[in-house]
This record gives sequence, C-alpha cells and structure tokens, in this order.
Amino acid sequence: MSLNLVNMDHGSGGKLTQNLIKIFTNYFDNNGSESMTDSAVFKNNTGISAFTTDSYVINPLDFPGGDIGKLAVCGTVNDLAVSGAVPMYLSCAFILEEGLEIEKLKEIVKSMAETAKRANVKIITGDTKVVEKGACDRMFINTAGVGFLEEKHRAIGSGIDVKAGDKILINGNIGDHGLAVLSIRNSFSNTIKSDCAPLNDLIKSCLKVNNSINFMRDATRGGLAAVLTELADKVNLGISLEEKSIPLAENTRGLCEFLGFDPLHLANEGKVIIVAGEGWEDILEVMKSHPLGINSSVIGTVVEKHHGKLVLKTEIGGNRIIDIPAGIQLPRIC
Amino acid sequence: MEVCGGHTMCIHKFGIPSLLPKTIKLLSGPGCPVCVTSRYFIDDAVECSRTDGVILTTLGDLIRVPGTETSLYREKSAGRDIRIVYSVLEAIQIAKDNKDKKIVFPGIGFETTAPLSAAAILQAKKEGLSNFYILSAHKVMPPVMKALITEGVKIDGYICPGHVSVITGTNIYKSIVEDFGLACVVSGFEPLDILQSIFMLVNQIEKGQPALENQYSRAVKTEGNKKAQEIMYKVFEPADDWWRGMGTIPMSGLSLRKEFKSFDARQIFKPVKRTESEKEKGCICGNILKGLKTPADCSLFNTICTPIDPVGACMVSGEGSCATWYRYAREAI
Amino acid sequence: MCLSIPAEILSINNSMAEVSVGGTRYNANIELVENVNIGDFILIHSGYGIAKIDEAEAIDTLNLMQEIKKKELRS
Repeated sequence: MSLNLVNMDHGSGGKLTQNLIKIFTNYFDNNGSESMTDSAVFKNNTGISAFTTDSYVINPLDFPGGDIGKLAVCGTVNDLAVSGAVPMYLSCAFILEEGLEIEKLKEIVKSMAETAKRANVKIITGDTKVVEKGACDRMFINTAGVGFLEEKHRAIGSGIDVKAGDKILINGNIGDHGLAVLSIRNSFSNTIKSDCAPLNDLIKSCLKVNNSINFMRDATRGGLAAVLTELADKVNLGISLEEKSIPLAENTRGLCEFLGFDPLHLANEGKVIIVAGEGWEDILEVMKSHPLGINSSVIGTVVEKHHGKLVLKTEIGGNRIIDIPAGIQLPRIC
Repeated sequence: MEVCGGHTMCIHKFGIPSLLPKTIKLLSGPGCPVCVTSRYFIDDAVECSRTDGVILTTLGDLIRVPGTETSLYREKSAGRDIRIVYSVLEAIQIAKDNKDKKIVFPGIGFETTAPLSAAAILQAKKEGLSNFYILSAHKVMPPVMKALITEGVKIDGYICPGHVSVITGTNIYKSIVEDFGLACVVSGFEPLDILQSIFMLVNQIEKGQPALENQYSRAVKTEGNKKAQEIMYKVFEPADDWWRGMGTIPMSGLSLRKEFKSFDARQIFKPVKRTESEKEKGCICGNILKGLKTPADCSLFNTICTPIDPVGACMVSGEGSCATWYRYAREAI
Repeated sequence: MCLSIPAEILSINNSMAEVSVGGTRYNANIELVENVNIGDFILIHSGYGIAKIDEAEAIDTLNLMQEIKKKELRS
C-alpha cells in the first residue's frame, strides 16, 4: 500500500517524518550547512551564526506546565542552544483562527514575553494572519531564531566528533511533556506537568566547564529514542543505554503502563541529551547543580559494537534494540 | 511456546532470549488477536466506517492493521469518523452523546477482553441504547492450543496466557497436559514472572513429569473469575472460527447469541466482496503464528514488509512476532 | 489482549471505582470483580477491573523471586 496522503504519523517525529523531510532536502539548497541538525550553522563576515525555525500547532493551547506560547519560545531557543549557540533574537508569526478570543491571544503573548525574558532573548519581528473558522486549530505559531557561536562549538550540533567511550548524559525525567499533553485529551487524571523550559542557561554552564561536549540535541518529538537512534546511525557507532539509569517519574511510569506507552519515545520540551568524552563527570556535576538538571544522570555509553544501533540493557540484564516507531504511539490494550 | 501477545512483547522487551541458555528455545504462537484475525475483519470495519451515520470507535491496537486495500488509519486520514478509544466504555459514552449516529466497536481479543464486550452489550441493553453495535471477532484459547499440537508443531511446554487465565481459571489447560503430555505453566508478565515460569517448565520437562502449574497465583485462581465467565457466555456462544495460519478451528470463536443479535454491527453495512490480495503473496504470517518459521525466514521481512508499510498483521500489531522481532531483536546482539 | 495493570482502589461508587496507578487516577468499571474494598489492588484491563490481587500470594511470589535473583543464569 503506497502512502499518498499526509497523515498524522508524518508529524510524529518518527520514521515517516524523516521520509517526509527528504522531500525538502531533495529540493532545497541549504548552503552547505550540515543537514538534519536542529539549527543551520554557517559562517559569515561577523562570525558563526545559527538559524532555526519551528512551528507550534498544539491543541489544546494550554496544558499542565505550559501553553503554546511558552512552547514556541522554548522550542526555538533550545534548538539554538543545543547547537552550541547563544540564542539572541526570535521572530514570531501567528496564524489565528476566526473566532479566537482576544483575551486568549493576550494570555499567550504574555506567556511568550515572560518566557523570552527568562531565556534572555528578544522577540524582534513577526507577522499575523487570520484564517476562516475551521482552517486552523484556534492558533498556530511559528518562531524562527538566530544565535551566535564560537568556532570550537561548531561541530556540536552535527555529532561528527562523537567517539567510542563518550558518555550519554540527560538533565532529568523523560516523558513528562508527551504525557501531560495526552492526559488532557483522555479520561486519566494525574499530576504530570510538562517539562517545557528554556535550556540555554543550563547549556551555557555546561559549555563553560571544559571542551568535552561532542554532541547535544533536545529530545523533543520521538523522544530519547529518536535522538539516539539517529546519532548511532549517523556516526556509525553503537550506543548502549542502561534502563535503570534513565530518570523517570513514578506517575509517568504509571500512565505509560496504563496506555502501553514506551517513555523512550515520548516527547520532552526541557530535556537535553549531552554526549561528552573525558571530563564528562564535571559536566554532570554542573548539570545536577542547575535548577533544570536536578535529576541529571549518565544513561549510556557510545561503544564500538552493534554499529549504527541503539541497544538498551534492560533492568534484568537482557539486551534489546531500540528503534524509532513509524509514527505516533497509540494507546493499546495488548 | 507462549500463546499470549502480551508475553511475546514482554519476553522481547526485557531481552529474555539473550539471557537464556542455548538449550532453551522460545517460540511465539498465535497469541496476538490482531494477528490471527482475518484481514476481512478490517475490510468489514472499514466498510462500517464508510457507512453514513456511523462513528467507528476502535482500540489503538487495530488502527494500523492492513485490510485488503486499506486500513482504518488511512480511512481516518481520508476523513471517516474513526475515533481511538482506550475502552469499550468510551464507545458506550459516545453512543449516549450521539443518539442520531450508529456507534460501532470492533471487538477482538480472547477471554480477557470478550467479557468486557459482553458487559458493554448488557449495559447498552439495560440503558436502552439502540445505536451501539459490536463487530465481533472474539476467540477462545484452548482449541487453538490443541490444534497446534495436532497439526504437528513440536514443543515441550506452554507458557500459558496470564490474563486469559484470570478470567477462565486454570482448568482449561488440564486436557493439554493429559492428552498431549505437555508441561503447562500459567505466567505473569513481569520479567521475573516469565523467567520463573520458564524455570518451572524446565523442571517439569527434565523430570519427565508434565503438569499444570500456576506461577501467576496472585491474580489467577483455579476457578477464574466466575462472574466474568457468566457474562461472557450469557452474551456469546462458541462457534467455529477462522484463524490466520490455522484455518477454521471448531468452536474456537465467540458469536453473539440470538437474543443479542440486535447489537451485531453486521446488520448495518453491506459485506464487502472477499478477494484474494496480491500483497499477501509471500507473507508467511500463518507459519510464523504457528511457530514453524521465524520472521527471519520470511523474504518480505524488513524488505517489503516493515512497520511503516506492513504486509501482514504480524508486523502491525505491537505484540505480533514480526513487529516484536523488528523492534527488539532483528540483529543478533 | 493482555495489557492489564495492578491499580489501588481509592474510592468506590456502585459499579465504578476510582483507582490509582503510581499517581495516575482512572475511573474503572468494577462490575466484573466481587468483594473489593478501598485499599485493595485490582487488575485493570481496558477500563474494567478483572481480578483482585491476592496479597498473600503476591508476597509469596516476591519471596520466591528474591531467591531466583540470587541464582546466576548460566549460558
């Protein structure tokens, strides 16, 4: 059965998303930037810049721990920060559905302003369009961002310096954002809050420690699994994860069990994966002392076996390959 | 052999095969209800969703299963009113909230799930809901477990399904021990449950004393859940049914009793003409379901048949052998 | 179809019960299980309780599992 219609799986961050993106990379000339990174990094007369864009279409607009506005700022700030850049300026374009309450718009804009202030970035330009009722889900937001980085950090977004022996670090519990958004759409109630947060301050502290960071990415759509399977494939090395070291909140674990979800595939909006070589212990210490990194943990190692594959050592000592799903996870009873 | 999709998933999720000695081989049997159900069931569900005034409410497990030409997921992308639910209870609520629509719930699953469909039908009857329908393909386990052996599948013991047994009790496996001399252990789903069950089976086999044991005693009683059994058989009666890979097995399915036929979804749509699907050529799901072949033996596995574009149901269902193998074990570690 | 999980009963209202799994709460239908009380653990499958978990048996199984854990698996 060949796929000839866009469907929701294309937006999941999984394999179908990757296939769809190939349409763009086939046609667009990205000026020699490394492709498939969170930000495009390029040199010009003034230095090295990072440039990124993202669109936010979440429904409903509010979720435990945040809203579409906060997400729109954090997402773009984080895409710049994990590329090693200091985020500076954002643009912001709104597509508003006819009938949206002006008060709601004000609420979201206020949230964006507060988040931008917290992240020490400025929203300096934008655009607004209004579409007829039914043409969008109340509000869509696109943010683009630009930042600047030092030469020594240029390779961080691509991962080309990743080598066997490097450690995989993460700054806290996984899966909370994915479930926080899901739980408001179904009949489960819990206290799970999205981890949505700007990571640039945490990352800045880590980059100051030493030069051992070889790769960073934020674990958004597709979760931890998507980032690490792509990395393993890209650098053609194995990545070995320790299940018992992966931080997971108890109520996240509970809801995952209810719905049959794998937390490794759930979206996060305040989690950075850092791959670091010698000196990683010092980075981990700095992460743990930051408010956004209290549950930081070393969760795995880059290895010279099962090249190109991400393998999880389970709690009972068995091994299994982690792959990215084709599309979105669906609740199952089997 | 395990004959429960949940066990198949857990075994591979925990990496149990990588922990076992080479003298113990685990085979996956027909324990995935999605895998063993005919693709025509999906065709029927699709046809339901295409019928005017129908809301099709489905469990997530079914939505990507390929029918002959399409799947419920693709139909949803094309605009049909298809909604994913966690429980048949949500379907009942949708029926109450949409009295002008017909709400259809495709019911698949074994004895764990059939009582839930039955309970929902009884609730609908009690509350006078005339717009709720079940499209049933429920099946029961013991006949297929016996049929596998009479067909010549060579195994030394069964890891018996845990949650089926919660409902049925353990006596349903007695005749498998007595007639075929097979070791049988009812197992839970934690990694140590499965390892302990394998340990118990190996003990029986090494002593030459096949028996029926219950490892999952914290949830499974010998007599099972009598109330659930009563409700299931009040609404359903045993009937012959078709299993992928096995063909028709007598009295292995559950059919709505006459007095509940008004809840049968088959009366509200026109059955689709059954055709041979070209895509199925080369698909060996049937032999994989019997444990005669592994996904590695299939020429379509990981070439034409992948989770993104599956050919057979074993690749789509989260607990199907092929999907499990693809996800967890497709390379030797 | 076997994904069933143990959940603690927090409150009962006729044939429904509010249950908790590690902080997630859900309103489950308990008409298929008998003699259950607040504080009991039941197995939830697709929105319904299907069995009460026997505490004594659970403790027995846990003790046995501790013993197995001590033995090394030879390969």
